[in-house]
Amino acid sequence: MDAANYLYLSALLFTIGAVGVVVRRNAIVVFMCIELMLNAANLAFVTFSRINGDLNGQVVAFFTMVVAACEVVVGLAIIVTIYRSRRSASVDDASLLKR
Amino acid sequence: MEFTTPVLNYTLLSPILILLGAALITVLVEAFVSKALRPITQLSITLGGLVLALVQVWRIRNEQSMTAAMGSVIIDGPAVLMQASILIISIISVFLIADTEHFTALAASLPGSDEERQAVQSGNQVTEVYPLTLFAVSGMLLFPISSDLITLFVALEMLSLPLYLMAGLSRRRRLASQESALKYFLLGAFSSAFFLFGAAFLYGYSASVTFAGIRDAVVGSGGNDVFLLIGISFLSVGLLFKVGAVPFHAWSPDVYQGSPTPVTAFMAAATKVAAFGAMLRIYYTSFANAQWSWTPMLTVIAIVTMVFGSLVAIAQRDVKRMLAYSSIAHAGFLLTGVIALNKAGLEASIFYLFAYGIATVGGFAIVTLVRDAAGEVTDLNRWKGLGKRSPWVATAFAGFLLSFAGIPLTSGFIGKFSIFSAAYESGAKSVVIAGVLSSAIAAFFYIRVIVLMFFTDPVEDGTSVEIPSALTSLSVIFAMVVTIALGVFPAPVLNLISDLATFIR
Repeated sequence: MDAANYLYLSALLFTIGAVGVVVRRNAIVVFMCIELMLNAANLAFVTFSRINGDLNGQVVAFFTMVVAACEVVVGLAIIVTIYRSRRSASVDDASLLKR
Repeated sequence: MEFTTPVLNYTLLSPILILLGAALITVLVEAFVSKALRPITQLSITLGGLVLALVQVWRIRNEQSMTAAMGSVIIDGPAVLMQASILIISIISVFLIADTEHFTALAASLPGSDEERQAVQSGNQVTEVYPLTLFAVSGMLLFPISSDLITLFVALEMLSLPLYLMAGLSRRRRLASQESALKYFLLGAFSSAFFLFGAAFLYGYSASVTFAGIRDAVVGSGGNDVFLLIGISFLSVGLLFKVGAVPFHAWSPDVYQGSPTPVTAFMAAATKVAAFGAMLRIYYTSFANAQWSWTPMLTVIAIVTMVFGSLVAIAQRDVKRMLAYSSIAHAGFLLTGVIALNKAGLEASIFYLFAYGIATVGGFAIVTLVRDAAGEVTDLNRWKGLGKRSPWVATAFAGFLLSFAGIPLTSGFIGKFSIFSAAYESGAKSVVIAGVLSSAIAAFFYIRVIVLMFFTDPVEDGTSVEIPSALTSLSVIFAMVVTIALGVFPAPVLNLISDLATFIR
């Protein structure tokens, strides 16, 4: 199968993630959409690794997974703190700071 | 398959390793040292680590190496200058962070809960801000010396993740502080996803993750130009977000306002140096020969950023938000240095970053001093007549504002003059015109604050100026001396920069 198809899939996943970040209001869902975008980038890296016949792209994928895991730790800590103080994880409710 | 043992040059990597070591020690101190000794122990280890790292940076200043860590980092003149700037800015920011008054006693407790009250009363102040600062600084040191996409991404996250947490640590107005942490985190993670996607396409274009490999591919125009364009634009989104350029600036006023002020100072100054350091390196080395593809984009962004930042700052009633918009405008001025793409542009950018970073820390240090019973007063209306009640503090703040405005005899003037003349030399006239005009607009709101402080009658509403702690005064005095010294007698620093500032490729 043509490897370019995986690039289309990756672009599609990235777009779904980006749209999700913009339209969804729950911080957890927004965060999941961001993870989807990171995974789309990972898929692109692995596909390019295959196309270019070079292993570095796969190494990047592993680094991304580790970094994404760290991001989950920090992100969930922040979201859980917000939820405990406000009883809501909606990004619309967080609007104390004036525009 | 054959594995080669990695060779690391520990001397050249030592600034980062020292800081990471100090960060790990501070984590242990947090867990095992008694509450009475903890703040002073943490502060000494943090400052010790930063100073030691600065000494190491100075010692390796003439080294040049592309292979300090198997080609993943480059040590050269600009790298050393950026690292030294970041460390000096961090040291004077840590002087401000040392005032535990600004930080919540127990970040895990609910705002207003009994648990929080007990922690404050028993003096059981947690000091996790020190390890977080050290991890962030080590990420910042790594960011401008990265020479492949993996290291660049890891360094980006290493500097960002601790900052997201630090934004939420304020003692007063904790809900707003937590909100700023959430906003910073979600938007930061969003932009780093763009960054990574761009990195993937650059890899697809050049079949290499190193900057040198990307450069070779650009010079040989070997790959698919569509991949290159997608790569450059998405990668730029991540970098422009970190420096707070329009249209990726939305986080910065909220985060500047909500974070504890010492953290705002640190983040505003040091992150900018690190992010522009990385940006200059990748644009000046890897993308230099694809100038046609990114100059128009960056020119538009630079012009919009400076005009927007200067105009919106006029309407601000909160001093921290005003400084946030001013930092957006300065991001625009600094982008002219990237667009210039010549040696003068690089030198001017390095000088500007250092001068602006130091003045920013000084400015926010003053903000920490103006307080009432409920904490800091950031409403500009209540700063009226500050010059009559506390002439020294108001004069120092005026000095920093004049430096932001680029008035002669301050470091800001030399910075702006050199960065605009570098851009003019390279033919980017539209940016220079927009830059000079928006500097004029910006000068208006800086001077308005000075008028407010010195020429209006004070309001009696309990606003008072705290007697600064020894460390805060040290930080303000140092910032003031550097700001004036660089404005009156910039030659030694400019010479040092022009001796060192050449990227090796």
